[in-house]
Amino acid sequence: MIHFVLLISRQGKVRLTKWYSPYHQKERSKVIRELSGVILTRAPKLCNFVEWRGLKVVYKRYASLYFCMCVDEDDNELETLEIIHHFVEILDRYFGSVCELDLIFNFHKAYYILDELLIAGELQESSKKTIARLIAAQDSLVETAKEEANSISNIIAQATK
Amino acid sequence: MAHSGMRGLSVFISDIRNCRNKELERIRVDKELGHIRTRFKSEKGLSFYEKKKYVWKVLYIYMLGYDVDFGHMETLSLISAPKYGEKQVGYIATSCLLNENCDFLRIVINSVRNDIIGRNETFQCLALTLVGNIGGRDFAESLAPDVQKLLISSSCRPIVRKKAALCLLRLYRKNPDIINIDGWSDTMAQLLDERDFGVLTSVMSLLVSLVSNNTDAYWNCIPKCVKILERLARNQDIPQDYTYYGIPCPWLQVKIMRALQYFPTIEDPNTLKSLLEVLQRIMMGTDVVKNINKNNASHAVLFEALALAMHLDAEKDIMSQCVALLGKFIAVREPNIRYLGLENMTRILLVTDVHDVIKKHQTQIITNLKDPDISIRRRALDLLYGMCDVTNAKDIVEELLQYLNEADFAMREELALKVAILAEKFAPDLSWYVDVVLQLIDKAGDFVSDDIWHRVVQFVTNNEDLQPYAAAKAKEYLNKHVLHETMVKVSAYLLGEHGHLLSRRPGCSPKEIFAIINEKLPTVSTETIAIILSTYAKILTHTQPPEPELQDQIWSIFKKYEGYINVEIQQRAVEYLALSKKGVSLTDILAEMPKFPERKSALLKKTEDTESDTAEQSALRLRTQQKASDALVVTDQRTANGEIKAGQLSPVKLPNQNMNVNSEEQTTTNGALDTVDLDPTLSTDLIGDLLAIEGPPSISVPTEQTPVSGLDQETDLIGALALSTVDEQSNSIKPIGDIEEWFQALCIKDSGVLYEDIYIQIGLKADWRAHQGRIILFIGNKSTSSLTSVQALVLPPSYLKMDLSLLPSTIPPRAQVQCCLDVINICPSRDTSVLDFSYRYGSVMIEAKLRLPVVLNKFLQPISISPDDFFSQWKSLSEPPLKVQEVVKGVKTLSLPEMARLLSSVQLRVTPGLDTNPNNLVASSTFHSESIHAMLCLLRIETDPSDRTQIRMTVASGDPTLTFELKEFIKEKLIIIPNARPVPSPTSLQTQNPVLPAASNDDPGAMLAGLL
Repeated sequence: MIHFVLLISRQGKVRLTKWYSPYHQKERSKVIRELSGVILTRAPKLCNFVEWRGLKVVYKRYASLYFCMCVDEDDNELETLEIIHHFVEILDRYFGSVCELDLIFNFHKAYYILDELLIAGELQESSKKTIARLIAAQDSLVETAKEEANSISNIIAQATK
Repeated sequence: MAHSGMRGLSVFISDIRNCRNKELERIRVDKELGHIRTRFKSEKGLSFYEKKKYVWKVLYIYMLGYDVDFGHMETLSLISAPKYGEKQVGYIATSCLLNENCDFLRIVINSVRNDIIGRNETFQCLALTLVGNIGGRDFAESLAPDVQKLLISSSCRPIVRKKAALCLLRLYRKNPDIINIDGWSDTMAQLLDERDFGVLTSVMSLLVSLVSNNTDAYWNCIPKCVKILERLARNQDIPQDYTYYGIPCPWLQVKIMRALQYFPTIEDPNTLKSLLEVLQRIMMGTDVVKNINKNNASHAVLFEALALAMHLDAEKDIMSQCVALLGKFIAVREPNIRYLGLENMTRILLVTDVHDVIKKHQTQIITNLKDPDISIRRRALDLLYGMCDVTNAKDIVEELLQYLNEADFAMREELALKVAILAEKFAPDLSWYVDVVLQLIDKAGDFVSDDIWHRVVQFVTNNEDLQPYAAAKAKEYLNKHVLHETMVKVSAYLLGEHGHLLSRRPGCSPKEIFAIINEKLPTVSTETIAIILSTYAKILTHTQPPEPELQDQIWSIFKKYEGYINVEIQQRAVEYLALSKKGVSLTDILAEMPKFPERKSALLKKTEDTESDTAEQSALRLRTQQKASDALVVTDQRTANGEIKAGQLSPVKLPNQNMNVNSEEQTTTNGALDTVDLDPTLSTDLIGDLLAIEGPPSISVPTEQTPVSGLDQETDLIGALALSTVDEQSNSIKPIGDIEEWFQALCIKDSGVLYEDIYIQIGLKADWRAHQGRIILFIGNKSTSSLTSVQALVLPPSYLKMDLSLLPSTIPPRAQVQCCLDVINICPSRDTSVLDFSYRYGSVMIEAKLRLPVVLNKFLQPISISPDDFFSQWKSLSEPPLKVQEVVKGVKTLSLPEMARLLSSVQLRVTPGLDTNPNNLVASSTFHSESIHAMLCLLRIETDPSDRTQIRMTVASGDPTLTFELKEFIKEKLIIIPNARPVPSPTSLQTQNPVLPAASNDDPGAMLAGLL
């Protein structure tokens, strides 16, 4: 299973973290610190796997961002590597050629999307189309709720003028 | 610029991005947190938009790595909000901010359940996602039936059911009992008919987890799995959405093959035949292509197919195809494939005998050992280690020794250990083994653990033919100018034991040997000095007739060390000097070491430790356990067949049983070397065990000799008093450290160690809120075996309500479990509660009664109070029993600031200047309990500058019991209690014969002490 997902920028800034195994806050920071040290310093063109504390971290760099997923030692590494790519393609489709800034300012969207992709550290859906459809549906639900709220507050604002 | 749709949030994120350094960022974050905190606290209700915005900000700040200790309730409250937008934020933020061990989560179980059983599909999805990501045992117990219903419901859409499948998987991992196996296997088989690939993928993950625990129940799923796999592999009827770079759902293919690896065999010949065809197709049909993603995906499937083929131990031609493919992979440029090639080659070695085929690739593998990528180097090292046997040991070990010089520091220790083991296991002759280990120490001394050189000493001691050779080698190394200290140790030891065998060779007279060792003496550490002193004593013994000049030299050294700061060395110097003056008896006592009892190599044990399991069992590991593998890392051979046959693992001759210790005892106590693994602090004991003066137990020595034995007994007695545990076999497990001291520390601090022995450590963290508290016990198994029958029982005194959460009865090796103790204070008291803790290590039962730091001051909260308030209270509480006064004598001599510190350490706030007399102290605090709620307590201490040992103390509060208890409590803190150690009750359980426990039979130092 995937124990956690990390997105770290080349400068070591955390852009997203998702923990499927229980790590408390201190451990979380420690893991991030340790892994940034290991992964950001790896030269290009090495393999995408790092052995770490009896587990394996599969990572891939996309522009300035490192996507990392930590799996069990015996898990299929290439499969995990392609889950990362799958995630990136979905983000790409959603944001329209995604960049780090998109993920910084819309970090919550990245969480929605990840939740449609993985649950319990396992792959939930492998169709990009299905995920895109679900996220769009969610967005519109939020929008309608907002509009309703706006219209009510507008009415109140009008009435109290 | 991209926008989040929330201006406030975007502005905040921009601000953070614009901070030039970490310090400014922290200031900005603190400002924001302060703002959010006041907004959350303000009476005015927050609008939904504001709440949402603040929760996102909190999450963002948390993600940046800052501690956020508030806002959880606000986040949780969003979950039960009626609208989707609010719920969504609540659910997602909760699953990021909290983990399954957070108690807050319990609050929302009900709201979550309502969403799961409700009719709103989108709410169901949110709730299932949360539970699937952070649900713990509590959730498993209360939600599993509802989640199961959703999974099998025909009216639910796939979007809900796939989430339900993975949610159930999580709950099952937390508590396997939630799935009733009877009947569920049929349900699983039906679920495999699913048409939606999202649901199917999720269900397959669930199946993998189910079969990893219990294959027997799910046989009926095999044919369906194979059918789906066939369909995918042939790309029949697969929706376009579910092909990834032209490959039909690679993840699902991998999952199916993973599930199939858990079944020991596939019995139905037709199913097996189709499966093998599919595997064949995958193996033959996977080509290297240009597109990296397509390549990765197809190889992910290919490697899983290889693993499955290895597992099925298929017909020979499929196996040889596997090996051929792997041979190709380890030579490609693409690092991922090369890495996996090496990894899988190592695995294939574990399941079948393909050594000969793999040996052909030896050169290629050695090339990989020099790859720039450490991940690949590690795999290559593992593979070389795994493929080593008698025929190629010399080559491989030499290669590894060479590689030691350039290897990364991170790898050297492992490398050194592996070299030592290979040399031991596959040595064509013993002198080669000695050569290798000495080279190893010479080249990588820093990375050679004590185990390694102890092992070589054992070998040499047990093999007479080897002794002169080893001694000569040792002397050669000592001639070098620069030498690692470990080399000094081993050389000195070997020359002490066997140096005399060289005496006829030129340059090897006792005098000369003494001289070269003595050159090293000034620069070595105390541990080595101890060994060298023993060596000198041995040299004296072996120099018959004595050479007066040498004797004088050595005696002068002994004399020099008689006053040495280290007790061990001092003792040795004194004893050796006294002994060596006794003449003949010296030869008996300092005779050569008898042979070591044969035992499992500590080194082998060590590698097993490092490869200790992760929580989930892999198919491969299960498989290796089933097979009587001839691979080096044998799992738990000792428990399986008792002692290992000497011939099988090592070239050591079977030892003569000339030690009067029965072999059963040896296995249980495991010998000194093994003990070292468990407890590094015993290192001086170790030196004693391995090196010290040894006399076979039957020798009688005149009893009036040295005074040392008395000393030994005394230390033993002290040890016995401190000891609070006992076991059936009387090899008592003592706590490492002072329980009482830990307890006292915990009375003041809220986290720390409560108990520790060589197997277990119990840490404690407490959180106190008014009259309630929560203690979390962290029970860590330090050993490499499971601890069983773990039990904890609290005996609460009448003034406390205590509720201890369930504790698993088994703690796996190196694992930590938590156990939660809720405390409610009913009324003031100074009694303490006791935790009755016990566990079993192997056949040894260890029991400890531990006082819990739930003491009066934990329910005090310091409070500052204005003079007016103080005096009005002070006056209103005028009479006993609400206000009592006592003159206390025999007080610890403390300066006023010290006394003030002591008071504030127990949560009494000292207010300076309240009392006009500078010799007086006034303090205040609030005491919380269920019966009297919050109660103000006031304290005044009047000291006498001319007599610091007495004070007058006045305590006042609105409750007579509280006043009394508090007065007594403070008195206890201030006075000197003679013999301050209240011996905990368990002493009654301990061995009645604390002087020499039976188990010390094989501890030569203790034995000697007994004899003298």
